[in-house]
Amino acid sequence: MLKIKDLHASVEGKPILNGINLEVKTGEVHAIMGPNGSGKSTLASVIAGKEEYEVTKGEIILENEDIEELSAEERAHNGIFLSFQYPIEIPGVSVTNFIKTAINETRKAKGLGDMPAKDMLKMIREKSELLEIDRKFLSRSLNEGFSGGEKKRNEVFQMAMLEPKLAILDETDSGLDIDALRIVANGVNKLKSKDNAVIVITHYQRLLEYIVPDVVHVLYEGRIVKSGGKELAHELEEKGYDWIKEEVNA
Amino acid sequence: MDLKEKLVSSFLAFEESIDAHSPVHDIRNEAIKTFETQGFPTKKEEAWKYTSLNAILKHDYSLFPKQENAIEYKDIKEYFLDDIDTYKIIFIDGKYSSHLSQTTHDGIDVCLMSSALNKPKYRQIIENYFNKIATKDSLTSLNTAFSSEGAYIHIPKNKLVEKPIQIIHFSTGNESALMLQPRNLIVADENSEVQIFERHQSLTDNPVLTNSVTEIYTAKRAIVDYYKLQDDNSNASLIDNTFVNQKDQSHCLVHTFSFGGKLTRNNLNFYQNGERIDSTMKGITIIGDKQHVDHNTLVHHIEPNCESHQDYKGVFGDSSTGVFNGKIVVEKRAQKTNAFQSNNNILLSDKASINSKPQLEIFADDVKCSHGCTIGQLDESALFYMRSRGIPKKEAKALLMYAFSNNVLSSVRIPELKQRITNLIANKLGVNIGFDL
Repeated sequence: MLKIKDLHASVEGKPILNGINLEVKTGEVHAIMGPNGSGKSTLASVIAGKEEYEVTKGEIILENEDIEELSAEERAHNGIFLSFQYPIEIPGVSVTNFIKTAINETRKAKGLGDMPAKDMLKMIREKSELLEIDRKFLSRSLNEGFSGGEKKRNEVFQMAMLEPKLAILDETDSGLDIDALRIVANGVNKLKSKDNAVIVITHYQRLLEYIVPDVVHVLYEGRIVKSGGKELAHELEEKGYDWIKEEVNA
Repeated sequence: MDLKEKLVSSFLAFEESIDAHSPVHDIRNEAIKTFETQGFPTKKEEAWKYTSLNAILKHDYSLFPKQENAIEYKDIKEYFLDDIDTYKIIFIDGKYSSHLSQTTHDGIDVCLMSSALNKPKYRQIIENYFNKIATKDSLTSLNTAFSSEGAYIHIPKNKLVEKPIQIIHFSTGNESALMLQPRNLIVADENSEVQIFERHQSLTDNPVLTNSVTEIYTAKRAIVDYYKLQDDNSNASLIDNTFVNQKDQSHCLVHTFSFGGKLTRNNLNFYQNGERIDSTMKGITIIGDKQHVDHNTLVHHIEPNCESHQDYKGVFGDSSTGVFNGKIVVEKRAQKTNAFQSNNNILLSDKASINSKPQLEIFADDVKCSHGCTIGQLDESALFYMRSRGIPKKEAKALLMYAFSNNVLSSVRIPELKQRITNLIANKLGVNIGFDL
């Protein structure tokens, strides 16, 4: 599904990613962990196509296509979805209209006409039930005045509607209490299938109790310095990141 | 001969040609003297500091086009609100076009200023209302001096006008440059209600300068809902001088949609002569190129317990420039006044600019007045967020700008007009999306 080869990226001339190698296969869940400032969110943004980040070297290949030259929207059309750590508030645009526009623009890019209103409504109903979202919530302005939990649930709702091939969840657990965390994680698990893949970026192990990864990577100073099974997450939870830093620096 | 000299020297012949015995004869004579003394406003005047008329005054405008010009309805249909039944007062190169118009005297008067000025049966109304609230500044005086044609609308007591009235001025380009000075009078008697739509449309690239004056009188409990669509050609300029005099519990709303034209100046003045009055002024400006739009508003709170609401949104691209100058005066006796003003702007380019200046003069001590002004760029993080969900950059920008201006559209009470404005905004922003927010 996704292959990243020797990826270097910088922002405003400052190198953040220093040679990332990563392969995510269809049906897999990968966790990327690491201390603050290790480049986790940068990696997510670079995969999603944020223009402020400059790829200086390396390749990002999604289903055999190099996507490095593609715009953020083209990557979305190709099936990449980024759930934001801090979803943006957009006053005046309702959740429903936003998602309708996103779906129809994606269809347009594929040469399809607008989704019939009836089908759209049905899909919205199904997916909002799946995520235990109150319908009233959907007519509110996107993320405006939403609680932390509502924002993250709304991200997963959009993911459910857009049905991406590769979903990247950037610190989806931050700002969530345990109940909200469970709802969000259950939502992701229900959307998980053998035909898609998920990258979970997180600082803590707690989210991985609910979304169980196949592979755990540790990112440090812009490089993946260690990979392992889900037990690696437990180890990190117990011992912190210092031993990783020591290993790397040794 | 410059334009001022040309205007002043042609006044005598103009006055004689229409009617020296008209009740407004003296008013016109006074007015031309005022204009002659003051001349056109310059940037030295505080109210014109950011708007220069120099570029549009240099043309050799024809003042009194002789030729009658016929246009086929099918060729200009797009400029009308054509999907609903309306009254229409249509002018071509300043002359009334009877075949495009649909006027009435059936219970209400929707007709011509020229009739109102000349026919004895309107004499009383003209004496009571004509030029009673229009100020004595130079441009208004210039219009008053040459006032002869325009829309005359009188809605009697308790009458609810069931369909909107369209006032549209076309210029055909038959003159190499044309100056128009329409004069409108709208009198809404007690408990009446009317909706009016106004636009000025040049059909060629020949320069047009319109200096329009509209006086609106809303009696007790009357409702006047007025929409101005300013989406003219790149060589057409408009100076709109509108004066509203409101009595007890009346409600007047003026929405101004400024999407085009070379230079547009809106002098919009509200005078609250009664209690529990509501005055609403809203605007959306979306311009580019080297276009210039200037909103110069005044709300004069004279009596207690009244409200005013101002909400102006501006989106400026390319080298376009905007001005918002909003003045609120609250007299000492106007206690319990609620006056709100908000002006928000987005600059899409480094070369675009906006000068925004709220002016509050408050002499009462028990009032609620607020004003807010913002100037910013489109939120880059919001754009990335939208793009990451598959909404292309252009559409994402358009959606953000539409959402930004949506507050103003929400109070448009003619659904077909709201749809028309929505389509125009999508068109201005170069996108084909529905915006059904």
